[in-house]
Amino acid sequence: MTPAATSTFAARARRAAAPLVALTAVCGLALTGCSGSAPGDAPVETDTVTLVVHDSFPNEEFAEAASTATGYDVEVISAGDGGELTNKLVLTAGAPIADAFFGVDNIFASRLVENDVALAYRPAEFPESGIPYAILEGEQADAGFALTPVDHGATCINIDPAWFAEQGLAEPATYEDLAKPEYQGLTALLDPTASSTGASFLVGTVAAFGEDGFADYWKSLTDNGARIEQGWSDAYYGQFTQGCEGGTKPIVVSYASSPAFTVNEDATESSTRALLDTCTRQVEYAGVLKGAANEAGAKAVVDYLVSHEFQQTIPDAMYMSPVDASVEMPEAWAKFAPEPAADQTHDLAPDEIERGREGWLKTLGDTIGL
Amino acid sequence: MPPVIPRERSESREPATPPSGGTTESGPRGAKRVRRPASGTGAWAVAGWTLATALPLAFLFVFFLWPVLSLVATGFTDDGRPDFGAVPEVFGAPRTWRVIGQTLLQAGLAAALAVVLGVPAAYVLYKLEFPGRTLLHGLMTVPFVLPTVVVGVAFSALFGPAGPLEWMGLDRTLTVLVLALVFPNVAVVARTVGSFWARLDDSSAMAARVMGAGRIRAWLTVTLPALAPALASAAALVFLFCSTSFGIVLILGGREFSNVETEIYRLTVQFLDLRGAAVLSLAQFVIVGATLVVSARLRRAGERAVELREDAPREKRPGLADLPAIFVFSLTALLLHAVPLLTLVLRSLRDGGGGWTIAHYAVLVRPPAELPLDAPVAHAIGLSIRIAAVAAAIALLLGMLIALVLSRKPRAPGLRRAQGLFDGLVMLPLGVSAVTLGFGLLITMHRPLGLGFDLRTSAVLIPVAQALVALPLVVRILLPVLRGIDERIRFAAATLGATPVTVLATIDLPLLGRSAGLALGFSFAASLGEFGATSFLVRPGAQTLPVAVGELIGHQAPGSYGAGLAAAVVLGTLTAVIMLVAERLRVDGRWGGRGAQRQGELF
Repeated sequence: MTPAATSTFAARARRAAAPLVALTAVCGLALTGCSGSAPGDAPVETDTVTLVVHDSFPNEEFAEAASTATGYDVEVISAGDGGELTNKLVLTAGAPIADAFFGVDNIFASRLVENDVALAYRPAEFPESGIPYAILEGEQADAGFALTPVDHGATCINIDPAWFAEQGLAEPATYEDLAKPEYQGLTALLDPTASSTGASFLVGTVAAFGEDGFADYWKSLTDNGARIEQGWSDAYYGQFTQGCEGGTKPIVVSYASSPAFTVNEDATESSTRALLDTCTRQVEYAGVLKGAANEAGAKAVVDYLVSHEFQQTIPDAMYMSPVDASVEMPEAWAKFAPEPAADQTHDLAPDEIERGREGWLKTLGDTIGL
Repeated sequence: MPPVIPRERSESREPATPPSGGTTESGPRGAKRVRRPASGTGAWAVAGWTLATALPLAFLFVFFLWPVLSLVATGFTDDGRPDFGAVPEVFGAPRTWRVIGQTLLQAGLAAALAVVLGVPAAYVLYKLEFPGRTLLHGLMTVPFVLPTVVVGVAFSALFGPAGPLEWMGLDRTLTVLVLALVFPNVAVVARTVGSFWARLDDSSAMAARVMGAGRIRAWLTVTLPALAPALASAAALVFLFCSTSFGIVLILGGREFSNVETEIYRLTVQFLDLRGAAVLSLAQFVIVGATLVVSARLRRAGERAVELREDAPREKRPGLADLPAIFVFSLTALLLHAVPLLTLVLRSLRDGGGGWTIAHYAVLVRPPAELPLDAPVAHAIGLSIRIAAVAAAIALLLGMLIALVLSRKPRAPGLRRAQGLFDGLVMLPLGVSAVTLGFGLLITMHRPLGLGFDLRTSAVLIPVAQALVALPLVVRILLPVLRGIDERIRFAAATLGATPVTVLATIDLPLLGRSAGLALGFSFAASLGEFGATSFLVRPGAQTLPVAVGELIGHQAPGSYGAGLAAAVVLGTLTAVIMLVAERLRVDGRWGGRGAQRQGELF
């Protein structure tokens, strides 16, 4: 061992450690920066309200507007799509992750009611027009709401009219049409076990064909070359002729509101159309969570969700119709994306859906191998 | 073959700095009775090692085992009573067996293909010398750390309807699914096998050549058997990754090619069937556990069975005879890696009518209100980077402690067994479903351990979850370096009076420092792209980049899908840059240097 060798080794060690030290320091700085800005770990204060929502909610904007309107410091957290949000609320029942929730639709609503997750509540200023959508706490019409409806829309088959005109083929209009040989290989459906929009379409077919007939209908669809995608965007943006460059399916499961977003620049025409005889109603609910740290604040946020001020923003921000019928709908909606009439849709009650859902999916799995 | 005794470099062979004081009770006592260091420091050493073990253990117990076991336990209790009725029920269903069969089939095929394609890649990247090699090293790793959402989207854009390869008719087939699974894993094989290969003593192969064996024959009969342990260990790892793959299988596989992981997701998220999910989680534990055991066996066999050189021989320039390997490697890099990524980039630059546009990128800077973006994507990038930095710091700190603990070679069999268990525990986060972890954290982190605040809605939980995912990678990168140190050097230092701290500071840590850059880069990139666990955590205003990609791609607003593709390209580019920087940091812990110290490769 020579001193020279030793010093070389030590020098190498220092050199080797230098970037490490630097990087660790950077990370340390980032760590303090991050924990410093992390909200939510402060002890709960009475003037803070947390609202948990599904993924497609305009979080920041809402937080600002709602804070101003309610006087509370409103914080919004996302918790996944409708199904994921519901299950998180059920799993944390009693020790909720927030004070209020929004965005559970009629496919999952009964799951919340059955698991006793939400507090019965009825906003004082609730618009009359929304009462038919409410899930009532008791038998009477003026009973509290088990869940408060905020907006509604419909899942419908959408088509590309130009494609049919070009092919000289009549446009389909009903569920039954999709199974006809002339529409072979033209439809993109959604896997109801993976997509809530797909589940909504499934509910429509159960409502239309009955618990004994819906599976045969799905079988006739897949036999007719329907393609089943995992998610709405895979179908609409991946397969639909009007959804993307080079799409090959002119028929797709989407929403009644979708044609409002395929209008041309002059807003004189929409390149897509929803088939109003193939629709299923979707209602999105809000509510106060049982065990909320700030119950009064949660109620104020639910009040705000059904207030005229917020209801006005729903069409543009969430592609749904507000429960408040006095809200004027955007022009493009009225023109190109009319709502199906109330007696035109194929619906089931939330508790019927909750009871039957798993069995239908199983039946479907056995029939078409989903 | 004689057992391997890695020859240390001449400098490190020198005993460490002589003690500048302190207790030197255990002087040289003769070679046969080397004693453990001074008893005075012994108590400190025990305390130190205990702490080094306890800290990561506590982290794993609190943030991993407790949540996961809690969720699984929820599935096995009914009104507070244990209920195992779900076990026969779930295993009685034919679908369960189909799903398990699919899992094994996909992972097996992917592992085999990854090995076939990874070996030429290992040869080209580790045995040949050519300009741009370091760049290729870094680029090859990008697929490994790209978020699976992006991989899924890229492959469906490539093979699906209207994709450039639609004519092959492979859309919706097992083939595309397996290709997509192989996509990130060729790098795993190339790194594992390549770093081993580079240090393989090729004198036996030379001898075979001298005796008249042809190139191919010499390779098949001498080199290939020597590589076998590394190959097997790499295959086991790829199998592990693929058998727990989530995003890729969900997007490309649908219900038809469901694996255990996506089935757990569906049962939990769609059906709230925690009983079924718990049983499948157990099945997954079994598959992952078995793979880990096999992989550990193979790795140990690899660590001692072959003659390795410390310094790699100088790599040679590519010659004519290397053409087949270069050909296969180029095809892999081009068709498997470049084409899906290029498709993604091109699609992000097209508008609905087929024209070229950068509108999707412009949207990221100034998001319209209808897009599900809380803030411009720059904000999400900043947040992702901060969170990933914290996650990487946690993973690196704990990973170093774990690697140090695992690198010791205790003599007591009990301790050795405990060490093996610890090793397995550290690897387990690789094999546990992100849904199970995410939902488990949700039910346990409400005022955990009597703390006064709710961790579930705190942004703190995100880096913690990401660190859990990155931790096994860090350990596997650092561990071989430490295990490569000849135990006799530590003994020599100790006999000369170095305290355990001095031994650590002068022998282990400097070597660790060299690989720490790579480990940090890897864990940083892995955290940056982490989607599964992050997306299951509830978060206040905390939209990381992969989560933003996921939300954009699934949103109804016009232009949202295109913006999602553009955000995916941004994420991929960011990851690539980080991996290239980490790749530069790797060698000798110095920028730009090109040494031959290749122990610190991945796994």
